[in-house]
Amino acid sequence: MKYEAVIGLEVHAQILTDTKIFCGCSTKFGSEPNTQTCPVCIGMPGVLPVLNKKTLEFVIKTGFAMNCTISPYSRFARKNYFYPDLPKGYQISQYELPICEHGYTEIVVDGNVKKIGITRIHMEEDAGKNIHESASGGQGGNYSFVDLNRAGVPLMEIVSEPDIRSPKEAAEYMKKLRTILRYLGVCDGNMEQGSLRCDANVSVRPAGQKEFSTRAEVKNINSFKFVEKALEYEIKRQIKVIEEGGKVLQETRLWDSNKGITESMRGKEEAHDYRYFPEPDLVPIMVEQKWVDNIKSSLPELPDVKRERFVSEYGLSEYDADLLTDEKPLADWYEEATASYSLSLSGSKIISNWVKGELTRLLNEENKTIEECPLKPKQLAEMLTLMDKGTISGKIAKTVFEEMYKTGNDAEVIVKEKGLVQISDESAIEKAVDEVIAKNPKEVERFKAGDEKLIGFFVGQIMKLTKGKANPQIVNELLKKKLL
Amino acid sequence: MELYRLDISEARRLLDKKEITVKELIDSIYQRVDAVENKVKAFMTIAKDHAYKMADAPQKTINSGRSLSLSGIPIAIKDNMCTKGIRTTCSSKILENFIPPYESTVTSRLKDNGYILIGKTNLDEFAMGSSTENSGFFTTRNPWDLERIPGGSSGGSAAAVAADECIAALGSDTGGSIRQPASLCGVVGLKPTYGRVSRYGLVAFASSLDQIGTITKNVKDSAILMNIISGKDSCDSTSAPVAVPDFTRVLGHEIKGLKIGIPREYFIEGMDKEVETSVRDAIKKLESLGAIPVEISLPHTDYAVATYYVLATSEASSNLARYDGVKYGFRAEGKDLMDMYMNTRAQGFGAEVKRRIILGTYTLSSGYYDAYYKKAQQVRTLIKTDFEEAFKTVDAIVTPTAPTAAFKAGEKADDPLQMYLSDIFTISVNLSGVPGISIPCGFTSNKLPIGLQIIGKHFDEESLFKIAYAYEQSTAWHKRRPNI
Repeated sequence: MKYEAVIGLEVHAQILTDTKIFCGCSTKFGSEPNTQTCPVCIGMPGVLPVLNKKTLEFVIKTGFAMNCTISPYSRFARKNYFYPDLPKGYQISQYELPICEHGYTEIVVDGNVKKIGITRIHMEEDAGKNIHESASGGQGGNYSFVDLNRAGVPLMEIVSEPDIRSPKEAAEYMKKLRTILRYLGVCDGNMEQGSLRCDANVSVRPAGQKEFSTRAEVKNINSFKFVEKALEYEIKRQIKVIEEGGKVLQETRLWDSNKGITESMRGKEEAHDYRYFPEPDLVPIMVEQKWVDNIKSSLPELPDVKRERFVSEYGLSEYDADLLTDEKPLADWYEEATASYSLSLSGSKIISNWVKGELTRLLNEENKTIEECPLKPKQLAEMLTLMDKGTISGKIAKTVFEEMYKTGNDAEVIVKEKGLVQISDESAIEKAVDEVIAKNPKEVERFKAGDEKLIGFFVGQIMKLTKGKANPQIVNELLKKKLL
Repeated sequence: MELYRLDISEARRLLDKKEITVKELIDSIYQRVDAVENKVKAFMTIAKDHAYKMADAPQKTINSGRSLSLSGIPIAIKDNMCTKGIRTTCSSKILENFIPPYESTVTSRLKDNGYILIGKTNLDEFAMGSSTENSGFFTTRNPWDLERIPGGSSGGSAAAVAADECIAALGSDTGGSIRQPASLCGVVGLKPTYGRVSRYGLVAFASSLDQIGTITKNVKDSAILMNIISGKDSCDSTSAPVAVPDFTRVLGHEIKGLKIGIPREYFIEGMDKEVETSVRDAIKKLESLGAIPVEISLPHTDYAVATYYVLATSEASSNLARYDGVKYGFRAEGKDLMDMYMNTRAQGFGAEVKRRIILGTYTLSSGYYDAYYKKAQQVRTLIKTDFEEAFKTVDAIVTPTAPTAAFKAGEKADDPLQMYLSDIFTISVNLSGVPGISIPCGFTSNKLPIGLQIIGKHFDEESLFKIAYAYEQSTAWHKRRPNI
């Protein structure tokens, strides 16, 4: 029988605010345990939460980018459960009335555009971290420590409709989400560091069946590489259960990336009753329409729109446009270089090639992002202008580019310092041509006898003699004149 | 002169005229405490050293001729408001040694105004009760009859004011916890409008009902304290951005022509005859002062107690989850995490607190939420509407504060339902969020005080003060003192 997978994703994204969601503590990652805490985020008696407005703004931004409706009246709720990393014994989250609902985003899989519905986006606070160690510091001891630096860091939960039908679609959706979040500057999208986390609801049904089957929730998918792997495993597992005559259980399963499998964590009976109820310490959120409109109008150009514009405005291929718009800073870099260089279509393509090629290669070698790039877009444009003027050759340009990247110096300075100016003086080149012809009588004979491939050999020799600086066009012209 | 008998305005006058010093006033208060505290047992913590340390600054202010309204005034604080560096127990074993590293907003406002913290007063554990018998440590006695309870939960504060162990006190009122003990101890107790006074630093019992207020020897002192503790606080989202008037300005204004609602549901078969007579006499007195009594109906009164005990316990079950032995307060050992949680909470909480946590956990559980919590919220809306309707035709509402005068210790301790009915006349006021004040209006044949409750519109404490002051000035009940 043929089966179809039904997948819905719940994504937690850490919101990039400087301070926590309900107090003024810093959200900086990696500090000494419990140094970024205060009475509010460690849940002391009598303290009260106050909403960080930036959090709300960032979530509304995301809501617009995901085509959601922004609720004019929204509310926080308490999710009650006991755990040492949850200082109040409840998490402040949203339940009945989330801030964003009814959205969608589009993904492209195998050339086809597909709409994935967004059920809701809501705000909540993160919990702290339990560290299980023995008192002496080794693993597996009798003590656990609690670090509450992360407690109260703002999160948004983005819940998709069960519209995803394959692990590949899920991966595309995650990629899309990450790109949008990073474009908006609301989340750094780092799955490995936990600032983007993904839980998946997965079920399988015989192809053609309309009703959903029983689903399992897969947690702990903590890396981009594992989104597809974990889902592939889980789908295969469920199909196997069904084909062997068994029943898929409603349960929570954990992805184990070392073993490459999902394992049952708790069944339906052990599911928590979170006893949600409206948070009485926070007033309902009634967003002012004017403020929301301002947020909407301040949205940056989103990746889909930017990609289409790169195709139409710069004449790039879909593939190149996609590559250049994947990260906003890269797209910005590209556009700045193009603006400083030339308005002609060939110019924007040349820049695209440099960015995709040399620049990306150099960045990758050092594991740097475009934001850390020492080279300014204008510097590339200036170098290309030098090429156009014939000051440097294409071949020299690569050397100049690498030098600019390393030193941060402008092309002109490098060309001067290193004496890389192209020789376009015909008499100077003629001297070199004559010298090469005189030194290689045998090759001249063979060439004249018809072995035209040898032209490359002569050019190479002349370039060697001029340290690559001879204008290749002039070299070619002179050679032909002298040899034919 | 017995300085401990002074009220705030009289003490202010003597201090400012340099007839007495702050130290002399504190001396006198502690002499009184030494003389009667072993009988009354109003205090959880007597902050003697701290009080004398606090004395210098206000004395300097007074000497400079720029005294503030509370410079050097000795005040007692209910032990559920956090005081930095002074232990705050909520009269619970679970917080027996808890010393807050932060100050509640109310006490920090009092501090800025030069008050002297005399001590922290006893209460029913976590403010859950009507007699202080639920204190985790001891029962406070009614200064009018030491066999009897002072009411609760702010019984310690009310008894301390009645016994002249402080000049004034702060209490908190969730279902009558200021007004009922004020009534039973023959003092003035005000529960302001919900949102009028910041709850930051008040250890939460039921967040949507809790409100801090005053317990004083007379109406004017209440107005003086309210001038200081009222107003929006950026640390409490539920505190209201409503302008705070000078509450003392309306004192002495005529009440001629004010319409006073007498709700028929509050004068029922079986209520204490002496209470009823006193309250009816008080209404006649108000009429003689020019007020116009109007019979009104608050039709949903019957449902108030049930509604309250669903909502208050629901919120409490969540608010008290943070006392888990992990971060602060009492911790019992256990063989694993769950065992530690259970032992800590079993040993740390008293019977009534556990009863309410269990009730609240039940009413929020999935499957019961709609029938209890949600239904109770709907009834709460109806009760609110009752008051809104009534206030369309009247300026204030007058009722008894409590159905009986002070009862004997142990009389109702084993019958929670009977105990819950002590708040039958005060609970609706918390559910609807309006302000209410209790003032002395007579005595039983046993020489026990009886209280009159005046209820006002949202944020109209001024009308309460105006009416209460007019009544007080035309009677002498508030001048009587217990003989201990």
